[in-house]
Amino acid sequence: MTQLPGLLDTEAIRKDFPILDRVVHDGQRLVYLDNAATSQKPRQVLDVLNDYYERSNANVHRGVHVLAEEATALYEGARDKVAAFINAPSRDEVIFTKNASESLNLVANMLGWADEPYRVDQDTEIVITEMEHHSNIVPWQLLSQRTGAKLKWFGLTEDGRLDLSEIEQIITEKTKVVSFVLVSNILGTVNPVEAIVRRAQDVGALVVIDASQAAPHMALDVQALQADFVAFTGHKMCGPTGIGVLWGRHELLEDLPPFLGGGEMIETVSMHSSTYAPAPHKFEAGTPPIAQAVGLGAAVDYLTSIGMDNIARHEHALTQYAVGRLLEVPDLRIIGPTTAEERGATISFTLGDIHPHDVGQVLDEQGIAVRVGHHCARPVCLRYGIPATTRASFYLYSTPAEVDALVEGLEHVRNFFG
Amino acid sequence: MKLDSMYQDVILDHYKNPHGRGLRNGDAEVHHTNPTCGDEITLRVRLDGDTIKDVSYEGQGCSISQASASVLNELLVGKELAEARKIQETFLELMQSRGKTEPDDAMEEVLEDAIAFAGVSKYPARVKCALLSWMAWKDATAQALGETAGGKTA
Repeated sequence: MTQLPGLLDTEAIRKDFPILDRVVHDGQRLVYLDNAATSQKPRQVLDVLNDYYERSNANVHRGVHVLAEEATALYEGARDKVAAFINAPSRDEVIFTKNASESLNLVANMLGWADEPYRVDQDTEIVITEMEHHSNIVPWQLLSQRTGAKLKWFGLTEDGRLDLSEIEQIITEKTKVVSFVLVSNILGTVNPVEAIVRRAQDVGALVVIDASQAAPHMALDVQALQADFVAFTGHKMCGPTGIGVLWGRHELLEDLPPFLGGGEMIETVSMHSSTYAPAPHKFEAGTPPIAQAVGLGAAVDYLTSIGMDNIARHEHALTQYAVGRLLEVPDLRIIGPTTAEERGATISFTLGDIHPHDVGQVLDEQGIAVRVGHHCARPVCLRYGIPATTRASFYLYSTPAEVDALVEGLEHVRNFFG
Repeated sequence: MKLDSMYQDVILDHYKNPHGRGLRNGDAEVHHTNPTCGDEITLRVRLDGDTIKDVSYEGQGCSISQASASVLNELLVGKELAEARKIQETFLELMQSRGKTEPDDAMEEVLEDAIAFAGVSKYPARVKCALLSWMAWKDATAQALGETAGGKTA
């Protein structure tokens, strides 16, 4: 077996993930390389979800009975865990949403309805990048269309990095908000946060960071990032689906208006008007995803017990190995950085002129799960003149043997369509 | 191997040597996409009364979607509209069968090479690939006949 420096004890870790023992298509051992789409869940998370429903299920923040109090304590406890996980200065800065898309839409809508000095209108500009997931493009297009604000973006270099050469022309005095991805879900690129944040701060623009592909894979410190908002989702980091996070700076959450109205987010309500609860509740209208938040808390505990720096080291070693092995495959072109430096464990590629759909189908027959398509980042495909890519993405339980299986699988694909 | 049921030789042949590919004059043009995977087709229909004079197309996508367009061209060009519609409906029925329809002789007679797509119907994610050009043809034909608001676009 291939030994690489920095790898985790995957033999032990894989025992925590029952699904990884699955056999598919009459005897093929599952090789799950679609972690950028969603991660698998460890027993520790599944047990907590089950316990919650079996023992403590109730609605939160209402009722005085014992279950309501337990459910509330578990839900708010999850907020504490997430706050610690991202080094938030205050637990009240952690807003639970249903996913990263909702988190980003929430920010766009806060700004769309805000008064000065945050107001986005026809005299202002919004800046994003060409490598965003659709969830960090479309909310800003909507905001731009509704307010008349101009939408601008950073383009990409040939090797899959942000082209910051015209940063001073793109982020200007008119810029109200700059929103960008920390780690690309299609290219794998890790973006240079500091350079962008510094320029945004110089012109007084707010900074929003989409950390969906970062939070599962590396230590995330919202204070070190110096952003104003950070969005991510639970299901890519060993948590359940249906739970996302928006972290926002306290004073912004105080100043900005709510978006969704309803129960839970109010202080008092009359037929004429209402006053709102303080953040984070101001932004959590209605019954929240309680079990899912509790499950995310368990996921955070699990990841912390392994250590985010250890996970990052493991994935870096694996990425280095995978990039090297993939480049040995004839006709394979990596779309994105071709070294492991400043890149995450998500590798997109094309294989000659074999369509990714066909690549994915033949890999699936061998038990290898990859994602094919444009990965909700169609502008990236347009930029590189390709209809789609095949994407392999790794996580803390991925092994060099699975990289080998992928490479062998691709040989089989080439023979099949050769 | 199970995959062979999807990737029949007939399909792979059409993929590698597509029939009638390229855009030519038409009475109507449509552009259809499969947003989940990025398959795209631009398709034109040319009619002469009730006869299909030409179906020309340009597109990008997987072997299933491209082979399907090639088979469509081979099957429908030269046919009367009524017969072409019957072929389209039979193909749709086969593709929506989730692999449960065992094609009989009558179906095979109608569909000719298109019967090779029977195996694709077992793969829900790929059914749309196979149907892309057929839905585009239906749409373009309706436009060519002035049946929809879209009208003639080419």
